[in-house]
Amino acid sequence: MEYETLKFIWWALIGVLFIGFALTDGFDMGVGILLRFIGKTNMDRRIMINTIGPHWESNQTWFICASAALFAAWPLVYAVSYAGLFPVFILILCALIVRVPAFIYRSKVDNPRWRNAWDWGLTLGSLIPTAIFGVIVGNLFLGLPFELNNFLRSTYHGSFFSLFKPFPLLCGLLSVAMLVMHGGAWLQMKTTGMLLMRAQSATKLAATTVIVLFLLAGIWLWSSIDGMHIVEIKPIGGVLTPLMKSVAYGNSGWQKNFEMYPILWGVPMLALLSALTTLLFSRTTNPFVFIPSSLCVMCIILTSGVALFPFVFPSSYDPNFSLTLWDATSSKLTLGLMFFVAAILIPIVMLYTIFAYRTMFGRITRETIEQNSHSSY
Amino acid sequence: MINETVVELSRLQFALTALYHFLFVPLALGLSIIMAIMESCYVMSGKVIYKDMTKFWGKLFGINFAMGVATGITLEFQFGTNWSYYSHYVGDIFGVPLAIEGLMAFFLEATFVGLFFFGWDRLSKIQHLISTWLIALGSSLSALWILIANSWMVNPVGAEFNIETMRMELTSFPALIFNPVAQVKFIHTLSAGYVTGAIFVLSISSYYLLKKRDIPFARRSFAIASSFGLASILSVIVLGDESGYIDGEVQKVKIAAIEAEWETQKPPASFTLFAIPDQEQKTNHFSVQIPWILGIIARRSFSEPVIGFDQLIPQHKERIRKGIKAYELLKKIREGDNSERTLEAFRKVEPDLGYGMLLSRYTKNITDATEEDIAFAAERSIPHVAPVFWTFRIMVACGFLMLIIFIAAFIQSARHRSTASRGLLRICLWALPLPWIASECGWITAEYGRQPWTISEILPTYMSASSVSVNKVIGSLSALIAFYTALAIVEVYLMLKFIRQGPSTLGTGRYHFEAPASKASS
Repeated sequence: MEYETLKFIWWALIGVLFIGFALTDGFDMGVGILLRFIGKTNMDRRIMINTIGPHWESNQTWFICASAALFAAWPLVYAVSYAGLFPVFILILCALIVRVPAFIYRSKVDNPRWRNAWDWGLTLGSLIPTAIFGVIVGNLFLGLPFELNNFLRSTYHGSFFSLFKPFPLLCGLLSVAMLVMHGGAWLQMKTTGMLLMRAQSATKLAATTVIVLFLLAGIWLWSSIDGMHIVEIKPIGGVLTPLMKSVAYGNSGWQKNFEMYPILWGVPMLALLSALTTLLFSRTTNPFVFIPSSLCVMCIILTSGVALFPFVFPSSYDPNFSLTLWDATSSKLTLGLMFFVAAILIPIVMLYTIFAYRTMFGRITRETIEQNSHSSY
Repeated sequence: MINETVVELSRLQFALTALYHFLFVPLALGLSIIMAIMESCYVMSGKVIYKDMTKFWGKLFGINFAMGVATGITLEFQFGTNWSYYSHYVGDIFGVPLAIEGLMAFFLEATFVGLFFFGWDRLSKIQHLISTWLIALGSSLSALWILIANSWMVNPVGAEFNIETMRMELTSFPALIFNPVAQVKFIHTLSAGYVTGAIFVLSISSYYLLKKRDIPFARRSFAIASSFGLASILSVIVLGDESGYIDGEVQKVKIAAIEAEWETQKPPASFTLFAIPDQEQKTNHFSVQIPWILGIIARRSFSEPVIGFDQLIPQHKERIRKGIKAYELLKKIREGDNSERTLEAFRKVEPDLGYGMLLSRYTKNITDATEEDIAFAAERSIPHVAPVFWTFRIMVACGFLMLIIFIAAFIQSARHRSTASRGLLRICLWALPLPWIASECGWITAEYGRQPWTISEILPTYMSASSVSVNKVIGSLSALIAFYTALAIVEVYLMLKFIRQGPSTLGTGRYHFEAPASKASS
C-alpha cells in the first residue's frame, strides 16, 4: 500500500478510536456527571452506576488505546501534545484515577459519608475530563504555542491558564452538554420509573444546549477565527517532517475543506439533525434515543476532524511547525504493520464488546440491585 | 534546553509510579489464573464451594484490579508528558507493542472483568468460565507486549536511525517480538506474577486455618495455591537463570553491576555472595566469593570471561569519542549538508551516536567537549553499582525462601495435613510480602541497571526528557504522590476489611460470620 494512503488511513483509524472512546466512555462520563443531579436517593445512584458497571472499564480502554495508537502512529503528535499540555493531562489523569475506585469501592462500605465522597469523585472525575477534552479541541482551532528545533525537540510556550480562552471554553461546554445528552440517552434505555423521567428531562435540556452551542461555535469560527492552510509541501507520499513545509493563515473559519467538498456540510448538518431527533425521541419512553445521540456525538467530532484536515496539532507560535497527518506520522513499515494489526483486532474487539452489551441487555431496577446486593456496585 | 532537575524529578516520578503500579500487576496476573483454576474445579466437580472460592478471591482481585488500571494510565501518559523526546525518538518502534497491548489485551481484560462480576446469572456456567479464563489470558498478553516493549529498551533490535526524520525506525517486526531478552523476561515476569498470586492465597488461607475458620474453604485454597505456586516458583528461578545468561550476552554493563565486577576475573569468574561495593575506589569491601559460579551462570562456559568495568569504561570512552564525531556530522547534515561524503562518514560512526549524546549532560555543546568531560562521561556510563548489586541479591534470596515455603506447603497439603503444623501456617502467613519485595527489587535491578540509558547505547536518559519547566514536574509529582497515598490507604483498608471477614462477605449464609438464620433467606 502507498505511504500516502496509509497516512490517510491512520488519520481515519485514530478518528475511529477517539470516536469509539467518545461513544462508549462518553455515555458513562455523562452518567457520572448526572449522578448527583438526577440521582436523588442512594438507590437511584446505585441503579445509575450499575447500568454502566459492567462496561466502564472496557469503555475507558478506548481512550488508552487511542493514546497508544497516537504514540505508535503519530509519535510526534503524542510527544508534542502531551508535553505541551502537561498540566492538563495530569489533571485528566487524576480525574480518571479517581473514577476507578469510585466505581468499585463506593458500595463496598455501607456509610453515607463514604458513598457521598465517592459520588463527588465520580461526578468530578467525569466532568473534568469531558470539559478538558472539549477545551483541547477548541484550542486546536486556534493553534497551540509550540516550536520545534532542528532535532525535532519541542518546546511549549504557553501556560496552563492560557488554554482557557473564550472559544475553547465554549467547546468545553459543548463537550459537557454533548456527553450529558449521550449519558441521558443511555439512562433512558437502561432505567425505569422516576429515574427514566428525569433522564428524559436531562437529555432534552442537554440536546437543546448542544444545538445552541454547536451553532454558536460555528458562527464564532466563521466570524472571527482564522484557520491555516498548507502553502507548500513536498510530495505527501514521501518521508516528511514538520520542518519541511510552509503554512499560512487565511483559511477563514477553517471552512476551506467544506467549500472544496460541499458534501462535507452534511456532517455538521447531520450532527444538528440527530441532536434534534434526540430531543424529539426524549419526549416519550423510547429506547432508540441512544441511536441519534450516538450519531450526534460522532458527527460533532467528525466535524472538527474534517475542518482541521490535514492538520492535527496546529502551531500558533509558527504555523510552519504545525503537525499534519502527512508529516508527523510513523514510518511506512510501522503504519502498514499497525494497520494490519488494527484491521484484525478492532473487529474482534467490537464483536466481544457487542457480546458483553447483549449479555447485560435490559433495564436495571431496584429489584435487580437488591437481589445482587453483594455483587452490585 | 534540558533541565537537570526536570530529568531527575521525572526519573523519580517514573520510578515511583512504575513501582507502585507493579504492586498490583503481579497480583492481578496470578490471581486471575488462580480464579480460573478454581472456577474450572467448580464447573468440573459441580461443588458450590469452588464457586464461592472463585467469587471471594475474585472480590479481592476486583479491588486490586481497579488500582492496576488506574495506575497503569499514569505510566502511559508519562511517556508523553515527561519523556516527550523519547516518545518522538523511538515512538515508531516502542509505540507498536504498546498499541497492540491495548487492542489485544486491555480490551479483553476489561470487557470480561465486567462479565465476570456482573454475569454470574446471565451467562451459562461454561460461558462464565470462559470469561474468567479470558481475563487471565488478557493479563498475560498484556504482560507479553509490555515486556516486548521494555526488552527493546534493553536490547534495541530490528530498528535503525533515520537521519531525515531524526529518530529510530522499525526495520523488522519479527526481530522486535522474538527479541531473546523479551522471551525470557516474559516468562520470568509472568511466573513471578503467578507466584505473587499463589503466596497471596496461601498466606490468607493460612490466616483462616490459624483462626480455625472456614476450614474446608481455606484448605482447598491452600492446596491450589501451594501446587500452583511450586510450579511457578520453579519457572521463575529457571528463567531467572536463563535471563542471567542472556544478560551475559547483551547487557555486559548490567551483569558487571550486578556482580560488582570492577576487574575482569580470569575465567570462570567467581560469584560474589556478599560485598560492599565502593564506586569511588572501584573495589569491593568485605567480599565473600564462590568460585566458578558466575562464569557458569552468565557465560555457560569455563573459558569465556565476564567483562569487568576495568575494560568496559575504556571501551565506552572510545565510543564517546566516536560519538562526538557522529554528533558533529549529524548536526552538519541536519543543517543542510547532504553531500555523499558527509553521509558516508556519518554512517561509519552512527552506532556511537548515543555515546556522543551522553555528553549532553556534562557540556553545553557536545562538539566542544574537553578531554575531562569525556573522561567524566565515561566514568558515569555505568550505573551506581551498590543498588543494583543489592536489589539483585534480595530478589534472589526472596525467590529461594519462597521455593522452600512452597515445597513445605505442597508436601503438607498433598498429605492432607495442611492444618497440622501451626508453625508452617505462620510462616506462610508472614511470607505475604516476599513476592512483592522480590518483584520490586527485580525491577530496580533491571531498570536502574540500564542507566544512564533509556534505550541501551542509543538514547541517554538525560536526552529523553521533555523540555518542560521544573514547576510542572514538581506539580505533577506532588499531585501523584498525594493521590497515590490516599488510594493506598483506601485500598489497604478495603483489602483488610474483606480479608478479615473472609468468604462471609459473599452473603451466601454458608460461612463463619453469618448467622444461621440468614441461611434461609439466601
